[in-house]
Amino acid sequence: MSGARHRGSPARDSIVPEAEFASYYGRPIVKAAPWEHDIAYYLFTGGLAAGSAVLGTGADLTGRPGLRQAARVGSLAGLLASVFFLVRDLGRPSRFLNMLRVMKVTSPMSVGTWLLSLHGPLAGLASAGEAVGLLPSRWQRGPLGLARRAARPAGIAAAVTAPPVAAYTAVLLSDTATPAWHSAHRELPFVFCGSAAAASGGWGMIGAPVAEAGPARAFAVGGAVLELAAERRMEQSMGLAAETLHQGKAGRWMKASKALTVLGAAGTLLGGRSRVLSVASGAALMAGSLCTRLGVFEAGLASAHDPKYTVVPQRERVDRGR
Amino acid sequence: MSLRESLSDRLANSLFGPLDPAPNAGYDDPPARKGFFTDTSVCIGCKACEVACKEWNDVPENAFEMLGTSYDNSHSLNANQWRHVAFIEKPATGARADLGMPTVGAPPSDTPDDEKPDFQWLMSSDVCKHCTHAACLDVCPTGSLFRSEFGTVVVQDEICNGCGYCVAACPYGVIDRRHGPADDPKVGIAQKCTLCYDRLTDGQRPACAQACPTESILFGDVEELRRTAEERVARLHEQGIMDARLYGNDPEDGVGGTGASFLLLDEPEVYGLPPDPVVTTKDLPAMYRQAATAAAVFLAGAAAAFLRRKP
Repeated sequence: MSGARHRGSPARDSIVPEAEFASYYGRPIVKAAPWEHDIAYYLFTGGLAAGSAVLGTGADLTGRPGLRQAARVGSLAGLLASVFFLVRDLGRPSRFLNMLRVMKVTSPMSVGTWLLSLHGPLAGLASAGEAVGLLPSRWQRGPLGLARRAARPAGIAAAVTAPPVAAYTAVLLSDTATPAWHSAHRELPFVFCGSAAAASGGWGMIGAPVAEAGPARAFAVGGAVLELAAERRMEQSMGLAAETLHQGKAGRWMKASKALTVLGAAGTLLGGRSRVLSVASGAALMAGSLCTRLGVFEAGLASAHDPKYTVVPQRERVDRGR
Repeated sequence: MSLRESLSDRLANSLFGPLDPAPNAGYDDPPARKGFFTDTSVCIGCKACEVACKEWNDVPENAFEMLGTSYDNSHSLNANQWRHVAFIEKPATGARADLGMPTVGAPPSDTPDDEKPDFQWLMSSDVCKHCTHAACLDVCPTGSLFRSEFGTVVVQDEICNGCGYCVAACPYGVIDRRHGPADDPKVGIAQKCTLCYDRLTDGQRPACAQACPTESILFGDVEELRRTAEERVARLHEQGIMDARLYGNDPEDGVGGTGASFLLLDEPEVYGLPPDPVVTTKDLPAMYRQAATAAAVFLAGAAAAFLRRKP
């Protein structure tokens, strides 16, 4: 006999009884995104790039050259890494330009591609201006001098286009049938924006002199608080799929993320004026952000692999409607 | 009609609710919407549909192993399996319908009916649902997935770059990225049932419907198939088969009704179908609103971080 009635995943140390539900030989219903960890890394590097673009411009406008330099390096490195991870994860990397055939608001990936195409060159120009500034002054003429002068306006435009880059990745994940991602759609943008602020603030704390890094510290701590608070709320509103954030690989990443983020934020508040503590706290915040992305990514895959997360909430909805 | 009205008229139900998909996609005067009605109560599990589909569409082999799940060794719908016959073995329930099938098989026996093994087989040929609101099509960033004039959803192989977004978006787990040797031009891109687009444009039935020996797979105009389905389920209910139910033929459901609908003899999840799928893009406006708020908080937070006096 097939045993069309299946228990869910193997019982864990839980007081809550496993939900009884029917499935076809326990096989998944929805398919997990065929994405490698590249996409989780991209979620991190994209957030780092966006936050750094904003910090770089803030530093430029308030006369903090050390922070500006660090942030613009972070912005460019984050962008280049993002493009690398995004293209590498395609089934047909050579066709990546096909993304630019159409502009579709119903596709967060299309929207994101266009956001990156808009933000990338602006942020790249601001970073290029930074690099030109390091050259001997006799070379800073002609087109190079133009790049240097364009850095500030380009940076301002990059700062305006950066927040959507930080936020859209949450919509990218949520606009799927993947139970843990879709059910998180209300809070995930806040988790990801907080995570981006924590990571980029952390980078600023590592790269900028302590005296100039005040805004990076404030941004990082604010981001960490936002991330932790939104994540907590998200778990309460997700329903059954929230448990995937506590189990297996995803559970380990999320646990590490919370510990590192709390540690990094506390270190920033207590020892922000110390160079050593600044670097350590900044690194902890960056690592925490990466763990958050990996945790949310893995939770989504786990929720797609187990039909329980698809069947049980839908069955409850149907039964309520009767 | 003002521009605003005509625009809102055009966009009404674009993401959710009843809709005729081809005119909504911009076709002027398209042919009637085409689809399948798969009546699983007359499916005999012969898998002719699977074979015909693979032959016609040149779909390569899928799983090549004994899975130990009744007669199902093709596993699931995926890039290499566009029709999939599910086999469920369970204790017999309730009345038996006279399906009007030819009476061949076992010779008359002296064993009374109630002493024969208590056993029932559910068989169902699953396929892409060709949703009214197709999440795969909505999220496709290259425009590779498109709505045909027949109201079906089709992948354009030469455009897909294998981003895999449609795979995660489909609420039924139908579409998938093909694996295999790199020299196969369709490896790395999304693949699924096209409702035999090439046959339809030539006025032919899809290969699976053509091959089905019991007319379990019916092809035709969706409107008409929905009426056929209603009549069929009513007749089965009259015969006492109260487990019979329709799946996908309600335009008010979470995907606006499907182009390919089913008559099932148990809960959908028993067949590996989601009991109440909802197109993910229904919530997309809410998602964008949340993201816009989060982005504003992000920018305001950064500005606030710089507003403090310099040390």
